Amino acid sequence: MLFSVIGHYSLIVGLFFGLVLVYFSAKNFRNPKLLDTKILSFTFLQFFLVVISFLCLVSSFVISDFSNETVFNNSHTTKPLFYKIAGTWGNHEGSLLLWLLVLTLFILIFLVRTKNQPNKYRILTLVFQQIIIIGFFVFLIKTSNPFNYIYPIPTEGLGLNPILQDPALAIHPPILYLGYVGSSIIFSSVLAATTLNFVSKKWASHIKKWALGSWIFLTLGILLGSIWAYYELGWGGFWFWDPVENVSLMPWLALTILLHCILVLEKKLILTSWVIILSISTFTLSMSGTFLVRSGILNSVHTFANDPERGLFILIFLFFLIFLSLFIFFFFHKTSKNNLVSFFWLSKETAIIINNWFMMYFLSVVLIGTIYPIFLDVLSSQKISVGPPFYHKLIIPFLIPFLLIMAIGPKLKWIKSKLDNRIYLISLLIVSILLSILIVKNFSSNFLINTILISSALYLFFITLGDFFNKKFKNLAQNTAHFGFSLLILSILFNSLFSSEIITNLKVGETYENTKAKIVFESISQKEEKNYKSIIGNFIVQDSKGKIENLSPELRIYNQPNIATSEADIKTTLLSDKFMVINIVQNQDFFNVRYQVKPFMLWIWLSVILISFGGMMSFIKKEYEK
Amino acid sequence: MYGRKVKLRFLFVVLVLITLILTAFLVLKSLEENVVYFQSPSEIKALSELDKKKIRVGGMVKKNSISVNSSEINFIITDFKNEINVIYKGSVPNLFEEEKGVVAEGFLKDRNFLSATKILAKHDENYMPPEVKEALGEK
Repeated sequence: MLFSVIGHYSLIVGLFFGLVLVYFSAKNFRNPKLLDTKILSFTFLQFFLVVISFLCLVSSFVISDFSNETVFNNSHTTKPLFYKIAGTWGNHEGSLLLWLLVLTLFILIFLVRTKNQPNKYRILTLVFQQIIIIGFFVFLIKTSNPFNYIYPIPTEGLGLNPILQDPALAIHPPILYLGYVGSSIIFSSVLAATTLNFVSKKWASHIKKWALGSWIFLTLGILLGSIWAYYELGWGGFWFWDPVENVSLMPWLALTILLHCILVLEKKLILTSWVIILSISTFTLSMSGTFLVRSGILNSVHTFANDPERGLFILIFLFFLIFLSLFIFFFFHKTSKNNLVSFFWLSKETAIIINNWFMMYFLSVVLIGTIYPIFLDVLSSQKISVGPPFYHKLIIPFLIPFLLIMAIGPKLKWIKSKLDNRIYLISLLIVSILLSILIVKNFSSNFLINTILISSALYLFFITLGDFFNKKFKNLAQNTAHFGFSLLILSILFNSLFSSEIITNLKVGETYENTKAKIVFESISQKEEKNYKSIIGNFIVQDSKGKIENLSPELRIYNQPNIATSEADIKTTLLSDKFMVINIVQNQDFFNVRYQVKPFMLWIWLSVILISFGGMMSFIKKEYEK
Repeated sequence: MYGRKVKLRFLFVVLVLITLILTAFLVLKSLEENVVYFQSPSEIKALSELDKKKIRVGGMVKKNSISVNSSEINFIITDFKNEINVIYKGSVPNLFEEEKGVVAEGFLKDRNFLSATKILAKHDENYMPPEVKEALGEK
């Protein structure tokens, strides 16, 4: 009760501060001395108010205050405390409040950390950021207020969807949002820099840190979601090309391209228009992601609400921001009479530009695959879905040149270069090809494409591995990230080539046997927990080499809401995962059993961690140099 | 003749155009081949000729229609006007139950018979695929 009132009014006052800030900045634009006193303290106050509001919502969840509609809809007294807290952002209203929290936090950090930048630039960035913040305030208060009051007060809440009650998914949204919202600072800063004609090498090295920061969080956020999908959804895969996954991949791709463009800009002051356009698209894609997921257009686990008003609001707001940024881009951006003349084919920047084009292509494929079904539905009310084959067919062949250029590119110098150590490079290529023929030779289907694909991934692997021991090669951060990427592609390839699967229906006591494995369904046992009861199947699996493994997948039936979920049992080793999940079929004695052996599963996760670790190294390195 | 800069600009524009055309061509071609259409049992009954491509069928699992043996699951999808038999080898999602919404993806054997390759997961008892909602909307 009390918390709801405080939280609600904090939001309103926070919105008021947003308006005051815009007014103040506009009025005192030519006299920027006020910045470090009044403007900074107002920004801090605004952030502080949102923190209070957020904490109020958390408290309402913790004490299970069901007079609050959001709490009533998404919580339950029997839920463990950890998930009561995580439930705060496990719903539409709370997650938007979290967006707002991060928005205000980031602009505060921005203002504090940029004291050596021109004041006009800082103020203008603040204004653009406040426009976004005000938009979110209005959206939150008008269409999705987390502090709505219900009367009479219910005695019990409706509970949180059990598949969201999971440690990985509890921290997945905050991490992902740090990445998404980090791109808002890049967006505001680019608009400010364009307006003031401030896009320079100095600006590039300052904004690079923001790009790196959001890129690291976005990478980790996607990783967490992917790990969760692997063990919770029961399909045994890590990426489904589901629209909700795609909307997080698109900003990631855009951000990766942007990061590489900024690197070129920092060194050579070319590609300025690219950097501007990419910064705008990264944030737009993050916003569209929120729009598509929250508006209920995409139906999936993440879709909390089917409220057209909300979707419409975000859509209008999104178009407003796009028009604003395009207007600024076309009116203020002056293409510098730059040094395109000093352009040579064989140089680092050419390699980066070519690979950026490939990534743009990947981005367009994912974009079209995600939004085409929506458009077709609106235009002709035909329902279609675009599945993994579409993406695989369009993306995989182009990975080959992409990987090769990624291997060679960092070896080149800026502006003009020639390839040193040709013998080394060519002999590594031959080794990679021979090795991959050896690996793939037992597989007759798609022999050629698999061989070439694995060769090019191995090539990148060997080259980056070699560079760790090369004293002349200094860029450790970049090399770590690229090495991680080669490991990722290799793990994914091996995983998809060498996975095996058995799906069968078994009664208790029955045995399934084929050439690869023998599965004995020993028994079932039951367990009673606070908010669910579970049926545990006990299986003994014997593989072709005679190795025995006990697996006990679980089936949980939650009481509030009444939903069954499968908890896979996964035995992870360094080289492969054994994965088993069971399901009950209604009115039958049979259990639906799915058993998979997935090689290199662990390495998929580790390589993504390695990729983001590369980002972190680059982030810290710049810090030291200053 | 033209300077180096003009030539470079020209080359750049040509490259952009080629990439765009190539992308559009590849994407459209691939879409044509890999898109899966959604149909209700009634729409399948009305088909003049059977499609060889993969389709999705959505509706309700008919009451008392699920039967299981060790290798496959049989059930009937209904939209309360027409129904279609489904044979499926594979794993089922948690909320696969009689009288609940379901989407099955697979190949049509004839107008009454679908050989499914995938049953789609739902994550919420209240959630119904929009396609199913629509297919059931006129009941």
